[in-house]
Amino acid sequence: MIPEIGNFSLMVATAVALVLGTLPIVGAARGNVRWMALARPASRVLFLLVVVAASCLWASLLHDDFSVEYVATVSARALPLQYKVAAFWGGHEGSMLLWLLILSFWMFAVSVFSTHLPREMIARILGVMGLIAMGFLLFIILTSNPFGRLLPGVPDGNDLNPLLQDPGMVAHPPMLYMGYVGFSVAFAFAIAALLGGNLDATWARWSRPWTTVAWTFLTVGICLGSAWAYYTLGWGGWWFWDPVENASFMPWLAGTALMHSLAVTEKRSGFKVWTVLLAIFAFSLSLLGTFLVRSGVLTSVHAFASDPRRGVFILIFLGVVIGGSLALFAWRAPKVGLGERFEIVSRESMLLANNVLFLAAAACVLLGTLYPLMLDSLGLGKISVGPPYFDAVFVPLMAPALFLMGIGPLARWRKANLPEIAARLKWAAGVSVLCAVAVPLLEGRWSVMVACGVLLATWIFCSTVVNLWSRLRPADGGQIGAKFAALPRGYLGMLTAHVGVAVFIVGVTLVKGYEVEKDVRMDVGDTVAIGPYTARFVGTSEGSGPNYLYLRGQFEMLRGDKLVRTMFPEKRKFASKDEPMTNAAIAPSIGGDLYVSMGEPVSQTAWVVRVYYKPFVDWIWGGCLVMACGGVLALSDRRYRLSQRRSAEEVSAAGATA
Amino acid sequence: MSAPKRSSSFFFLLPLLGFLAIAGFLLKGLWLDPREIPSPLIDKPAPAFRLESLDAPGRVIDSKDMLGKVWLLNTWASWCVSCREEHPVLVDFARTAAVPIVGLNYKDTRVDGMRWLAQFGNPYVVSAFDEAGRVGIDYGVYAVPETFLIDKQGVVRFKQIGPVTPELLHDTLLPLIQRLNA
Repeated sequence: MIPEIGNFSLMVATAVALVLGTLPIVGAARGNVRWMALARPASRVLFLLVVVAASCLWASLLHDDFSVEYVATVSARALPLQYKVAAFWGGHEGSMLLWLLILSFWMFAVSVFSTHLPREMIARILGVMGLIAMGFLLFIILTSNPFGRLLPGVPDGNDLNPLLQDPGMVAHPPMLYMGYVGFSVAFAFAIAALLGGNLDATWARWSRPWTTVAWTFLTVGICLGSAWAYYTLGWGGWWFWDPVENASFMPWLAGTALMHSLAVTEKRSGFKVWTVLLAIFAFSLSLLGTFLVRSGVLTSVHAFASDPRRGVFILIFLGVVIGGSLALFAWRAPKVGLGERFEIVSRESMLLANNVLFLAAAACVLLGTLYPLMLDSLGLGKISVGPPYFDAVFVPLMAPALFLMGIGPLARWRKANLPEIAARLKWAAGVSVLCAVAVPLLEGRWSVMVACGVLLATWIFCSTVVNLWSRLRPADGGQIGAKFAALPRGYLGMLTAHVGVAVFIVGVTLVKGYEVEKDVRMDVGDTVAIGPYTARFVGTSEGSGPNYLYLRGQFEMLRGDKLVRTMFPEKRKFASKDEPMTNAAIAPSIGGDLYVSMGEPVSQTAWVVRVYYKPFVDWIWGGCLVMACGGVLALSDRRYRLSQRRSAEEVSAAGATA
Repeated sequence: MSAPKRSSSFFFLLPLLGFLAIAGFLLKGLWLDPREIPSPLIDKPAPAFRLESLDAPGRVIDSKDMLGKVWLLNTWASWCVSCREEHPVLVDFARTAAVPIVGLNYKDTRVDGMRWLAQFGNPYVVSAFDEAGRVGIDYGVYAVPETFLIDKQGVVRFKQIGPVTPELLHDTLLPLIQRLNA
């Protein structure tokens, strides 16, 4: 009964989405107030119906209802509770329902936090989101229904893929989708503005917090995914340029460019065309990512759903959404007009360079991801484009963007004075060069790559400090503390996010430059030197977890003669899978991780063991989290709450005079 | 005045055109069988090569030594994601000892390549180390993995682009190997 309720609410939701996607938009074009007024209640009803459907799926999972095909595929009786909850998004059908759930959640949030928007605008925004929701609803009902029955039911399910039975699985997909799908709000704002022809600073101020919140979620989501790959795949890598990773990274690049472009549109009412285009791109890349992952056109270690019928549906949907919005862009954007003029050296020009570089980086990742498919389409064979390509194109594109990150925030709007900036940044430059030379020398091995990485990281950090100091300087009078408290949160958020980038670069550079990886055969009692440590293999023991058997190795990490730590990597054997899973043991610290994982047994007591020392690797994820904190800080800016109240007053005043 | 205006509105069309091109590839991609075989080298003599062995610098592997045997040449690299997918299939296949598999380690480093084999198992009788990718070019390798079945006379009989699958082994390669060995 429960799955049928879920199924039924999805169908009703489709009807509601159809109403939401048509009447308010038409109403906004014709000035029909009653039709426009439908937008808010309809979007809330839609959200409620999708929540009902999602709850039904969760209920079926928790009740072990193996007469539901999806539940039988992704769950099992012995599966621990938290993974039964996460099994919701453990397969294709549930992932799509999660997409829809989050889309309707964002729609609900817009309907709540939009009291200050003119009614035409809100009707169009919710209408556009309703159309997207309708596309996904049809997709779910027609090709990927999670409520399909398996009659008669089976006694026990297939179990969740052991790779996915990890705390990372509980948090990573929802976070990632919150980000991905969150760009639908900025997209809907852009389409609404194109339809209404009112691309102005107010529009930018409204879409900015939505973009920032989506970007923050996406940053955290990608970070969690990378950390998860690091400790579960047992290879010790943190980024593989895998198509599925690229699918989440491309919207992030476009979204980052969009945030910066929105700043110009809000402050200087420039870059309007850019901003609209980037909003369309960010969401289009999210949709494209969904297509790439779901349709099976690319083979990847992650892709778990391949069905051409689904592919055709998504492609048509992509054609309508992306093609339609780009056509609208081609039609309406030429009339938008340019913003205020600016000089070659100005904050605008640097942000423009930032936009171009980020977009070029996204295009390169897209090209690298689609290149195998293109060759295949042209009959030139099937290939795999590996990290050598991505490293070769991505790093040179990002380096100038990172350099500009130091200068841009200090440059004035419209016209900046280069010598003045140079004078302000001279000690920052000095310190950076010093660090760039000192760090590789102190580490004992010179490397140009490390020097460049450290140079950029210190450069960003020092110029951020210079920037902050210029606002707090006691020489200008006033208390430092009071001045700090008076700084806008948006400004602090920007500085924090930039420092996060610096932290991230330190991690990437040092781990690439100085990691030590040893794959050795170890018998009980053997030792191996790894970085500053020595690892000793003590022995193995066996036992069982909630739904698996394990074989656990014991390793002692010594520094000199002192025992620093004992580590326990495991091989886990799940009933549902023949291959044992490798669970690495990781001893994290701010200066670097020790990473031990068990390979294959080579004799009764000897094993192939991977012992890695990864200096500063946690700074990679730490940096991402600092960036996300920047996003949160920016969101808490008073300006958004003030502007909301002010425009609400304006609207009510206008209503009173009318 | 109208001429520049028209040209500028053309620029606004560019994103749409770009998307349509991508959509075209995606559409085509949906109908492609990724395992289809184009055959420039089929029934031609396999290009000869002399390369150092991956595990022992200085030890030379000569393709002429394989004359008189039916053998598989499998190009791989530690950086290749599809190779990870293919590898267990090859490791299993090597256990059956149906034919010797020679690895061509393509555009890789010795350290990474050796580590990869230690980690995932070594199905190869030997791996030739093609650091510069020269031999790969002779064989027309677009990227890895690619696999060539070569007969006793040193003629390429079959080429697989992309990962070798259990179905391919069972349905195509094994019957062909039996015929060539007969």
